[in-house]
Amino acid sequence: MAFYDRAFDALGLREWCDGGATGGPMTMAELLARSRGEAAGDAPFSLPFPSLDNLHDACGAIPRTRDFTAAIEDGFLAAKDAIKVVLDPLTQPLSWALDGALELFTWIPWWILIPLLVLATWGASKSRGVTLFVALSFLFLGFVDHLDVAIQTLAIIFVCTTLCVLLGVPVGIAMSKRRGLRGSLTPVLDLLQTLPTFVYLIPLIFLFSVTESKLYGIAIILYAIVPVIRLTDLGIRLVDPAVTEAADAFGMTPGQKLWKVELPLALPNIMAGINQTIMMSLAMVVIASLVSAPGLGVLVLRGIRNLELGVGLLAGVGIVLLAVMLDRASKAALERVDRSEGNA
Amino acid sequence: MNAMTETVPHAREGETLIRVKGLYKIFGDDPEAMMGHVRAGMGKDELQERYGHVLGLQDIDIDMKAGEITVVMGLSGSGKSTLIRHLNLLVEPTAGVVEVDGTDVTTLSVEELRRMRRERMSMVFQKFALLPHRTVVQNAAMPLEVQGVPVAEREAEARRWLDRVGLGGYAESWPNQLSGGQQQRVGIARALTSNADIMLMDEAFSALDPLIRTDMQDLLLELQAELHKTIVFITHDLDEALKLADHLVILNDGAIAQQGEPQEILLNPADSYVEDFVRDINRARVLRVASVMDPHDPALAVAGTVEASERLEAVIAKAGGDTSLAFQVEEEGRPVGTLHMRDLVRALVPREPEGG
Repeated sequence: MAFYDRAFDALGLREWCDGGATGGPMTMAELLARSRGEAAGDAPFSLPFPSLDNLHDACGAIPRTRDFTAAIEDGFLAAKDAIKVVLDPLTQPLSWALDGALELFTWIPWWILIPLLVLATWGASKSRGVTLFVALSFLFLGFVDHLDVAIQTLAIIFVCTTLCVLLGVPVGIAMSKRRGLRGSLTPVLDLLQTLPTFVYLIPLIFLFSVTESKLYGIAIILYAIVPVIRLTDLGIRLVDPAVTEAADAFGMTPGQKLWKVELPLALPNIMAGINQTIMMSLAMVVIASLVSAPGLGVLVLRGIRNLELGVGLLAGVGIVLLAVMLDRASKAALERVDRSEGNA
Repeated sequence: MNAMTETVPHAREGETLIRVKGLYKIFGDDPEAMMGHVRAGMGKDELQERYGHVLGLQDIDIDMKAGEITVVMGLSGSGKSTLIRHLNLLVEPTAGVVEVDGTDVTTLSVEELRRMRRERMSMVFQKFALLPHRTVVQNAAMPLEVQGVPVAEREAEARRWLDRVGLGGYAESWPNQLSGGQQQRVGIARALTSNADIMLMDEAFSALDPLIRTDMQDLLLELQAELHKTIVFITHDLDEALKLADHLVILNDGAIAQQGEPQEILLNPADSYVEDFVRDINRARVLRVASVMDPHDPALAVAGTVEASERLEAVIAKAGGDTSLAFQVEEEGRPVGTLHMRDLVRALVPREPEGG
């Protein structure tokens, strides 16, 4: 690193560098280099990238990259308590809802639960094929002893999707009405959608205990809420302007316009958003098994960790069945909405 | 029930109900700042080029009388749709006054404006603007629903008007099951159900086939003979304008080119723009005897009598094409004038541009 040594000398910063030298523990790279006897005397014209580590070698006052990551961690930990004071009570109901739903769904005996779910499918989709498929899938899952875990997964999806809709639809409506809000929320939504799913978990693990259900609940909701917000916003903005003008011309209040005109006409788009939200919660609930979310994901994880191929694959098939069931049922419901609006 | 169906115009028939005075509309980032330039005489093109603002309407003065059909006619881009939206303040004026019954609508509070839109004004749209998720009768009942009328009452009223516009059997249909003409009948029924005395019609028939359009015009005239609403009708079709108008306003590029009684405009166009417009009209079908007759001359030998309100077309048929005849013109059985066939024939030819 002779080049940067000379550079700091030439700038007359030598004194500042040595004065602020932190020393600090040796990095693994330094240790390896020293053990190979390459500590000093590299080529005179070598020009390493001016990274934090390389500059630190020449000038002790400059922090290394690992000091930098440590600072991020310290900063986060320092803020953690303050964040927790606000977030904990706010998110506590989520834990209750998840725990309650898990308990309720697993408490109901199978001979009530399966008919109930099949009936619900029929009610939502009014499609014989979909209903039959759902019934057979549940019977299969029960037959291979995966019903309980599948129901756990379903319970989590149920709670998280409901919350996504309850929170996402109003946010979507607000976005469609206020250009400024849309401008500031769009990058946040982009971020939530592009952030790798594992990255969500990192700050959450620090904030909440892994024993708390809300940890994975928050991860799932953050990940899955995006489509319902986006499509509510889009659906309302796509409502024929001639129709909203008519609503104004006949003296509707903004509330009447929303409930009687905009929401009904945006419903197909909102339903498409809910379908996406359900599918994304399913994707996330599997990954969330890393942070103690119960359900089929746990078995997949076991398959990976213990190389139990059969266990992992069977659980995978269960997830696919759940995914197809949820997708078909919600799409059939969406089609029904479309038809009743006379768009078919 | 009866009180609901009866139209009670606040201004008496023939009196001015809607007065538009010195109305300007400028589109752009800072329209108020542009008013100075416009008042100083800057034209539309210069304003667009130098300041990037669009002059939508300039210095519009119109008096619309209660119980009459005022037709605003102009080509696309002439600002006619913008103008009609000023009347119920769907568009706010940059400067000027829009008075309904002597009240400037721009001074109304949100609540008062909403009440005016509910109770005084109904609107019919070019693209019908029906709610696709509601049946025909629910659509027609919408104005009363907005006012909070109970469902049984408002749907009974809606059905009555659907019957009146010839859609009695379609009450439970969905809008997309109807043809364009039928959908617009629903639009008209919806406007009538609101029981407002002012009806704004924004190119209401422009999206319809010519034959259907004629039917709808006849329907409107028939309804108007019965209901005496104050109708403001926007169109780009001069034939339609002449057929419907009691008072005709011709817009050109956001300014009024000419306004007045349609026959008068046809016979005395104010400028070359209006002249170009009226040139291709079938005058025999539009002009009436009263517009071309001479004062009554009892000494003249006449071939027969004609009504003052008769169209020239009918008189030509009566004369068998003979241009040497003269007729006595009567109104309610009294002689009011004399019509020479050669005056009639002359009136059929558009006036040549002066000096052209």
